[in-house]
Amino acid sequence: MRSERFHDALGRQLLFTLLILLIEVPLGVGIALTMPRQGIGVTICLVLMALPLLIPWNVVGAMWNIFALPDIGLLGKMLNGVGFDYNFTQNPFWAWATVVAMDVWHWTSLVVLLCYAGLRSIPDAYYQTSKIDGATSWQVFRYIQLPKMKRVLTIALLLRLMDSFMIYTEPFVLNGGGPGNSTTFLSIDLVKVALGQFDLGPAAAMSIIYFFVVLLLCWVLYTLMMRDETN
Amino acid sequence: MKKITWLIPTVYIVFLMMPIYWLVNMSFKTTNEILGSFTLWPNNFTVENYVTIFTDPTWFMGYVNSLTYVTINTIISLLVALPAAYAFSRYRFLGDKHLFFWLLTNRMAPPAVFALPFFQLYSAIGLFDTHIAVALSHCLFNIPLAVWILEGFMSGVPKELDETAYIDGYSFPQFFFKIFIPAIAAGIGVAAFFCFMFSWVELLLAKTLTAVDVKPIAATMTRTVSTAGYELGLLSAAGTLTIVPGAFVIYFVRNYIAKGFALGRL
Repeated sequence: MRSERFHDALGRQLLFTLLILLIEVPLGVGIALTMPRQGIGVTICLVLMALPLLIPWNVVGAMWNIFALPDIGLLGKMLNGVGFDYNFTQNPFWAWATVVAMDVWHWTSLVVLLCYAGLRSIPDAYYQTSKIDGATSWQVFRYIQLPKMKRVLTIALLLRLMDSFMIYTEPFVLNGGGPGNSTTFLSIDLVKVALGQFDLGPAAAMSIIYFFVVLLLCWVLYTLMMRDETN
Repeated sequence: MKKITWLIPTVYIVFLMMPIYWLVNMSFKTTNEILGSFTLWPNNFTVENYVTIFTDPTWFMGYVNSLTYVTINTIISLLVALPAAYAFSRYRFLGDKHLFFWLLTNRMAPPAVFALPFFQLYSAIGLFDTHIAVALSHCLFNIPLAVWILEGFMSGVPKELDETAYIDGYSFPQFFFKIFIPAIAAGIGVAAFFCFMFSWVELLLAKTLTAVDVKPIAATMTRTVSTAGYELGLLSAAGTLTIVPGAFVIYFVRNYIAKGFALGRL
């Protein structure tokens, strides 16, 4: 596959995946660390944070579409109100910003929930010991919380990696991969080639490459995360 | 410092709530008002969208169908994943790491790839258009997920817990149900929630494998797209209602997630 179009879509896909991983994972860990540990706050936080995960994906796209429209949506109205020239249907930069914001909105909670549950399963004894040793909160995070969370974090990372490669419904409903081709990710391109132009041969080849890219990335990540334990 | 730690989740929740508020807001408007003007709250407050959903059986049966297969799927996934995850976390056998990773590759291919094989298979054995068909097909991506999450939590439990229990004279089933399951309750809660969630929002397989009798809600929703454009009011009302069952699930498992892990059980 030497076609430029495929390379472009792949490049966009990788950039998108990298961006959302860089935003969602630290944000998710940060929120999980700062969430209340007991009392009514836990319930409120958990229930509210889980809400975006539960909305079917086609609805997510449709609601963000309206939510971000400059003339009738809250987000578009607000951003224009503070002086940005915001228009996600025409400006590629804002289209990107919207798709990334939508994904962060949709999936950061997944990282939060996993990390929070992982954090809660650290026995209190660890914290008490570290307190006696006079560890700073950074040291507690680096040497106790992070290693204990590693498993959960691996799952969260891999899940986000795979799902971000599969992202189709949301950007498609949002603005059909446009303006132009600026938010056409791999899966959207694939469907365009396969069903739009009915080039089934190239589309099949693309999907095989696509699958191997995901497989390779996951394998590398998995091996890296698990390396310490096998040694 | 105390103030800052409260601020981060609060800001985040506000960020989460804005689009959801907009969704709820839209659900009380008529489609014309949504598209016609910018209003922070509905000018012509209407519950008509909800009335449509609750009086039209094709709409509310969508919810019932979805809930049924999602529940079946969550139960199957957990029952299969618990022993599997235990084996992966406690025993070493030939190729265990590879098998473990291979499980996850099932999740990597988009569900669209499996739609046609499933369709043919289920048509051949007469499972087409039944709840169990959708539930089983969703196991494809939920079981690997559940195994991975549970394995993570099980490996967090020290092996000494197993050993002390055996010394205390517990048999394996006794140990597994009385000690081990409570110890990883947080993991089970999370896994159950994620199974529920991924099965709940999955549209393509559910749509392909059903025709009339068990049409899921997400498929029913696509009806709002007609030649006249989106029926946005109705779509948002339906969207708002899809959040409700999941919110109940997370409400019930919240204690397991937040419970933490009791090391000193003896």
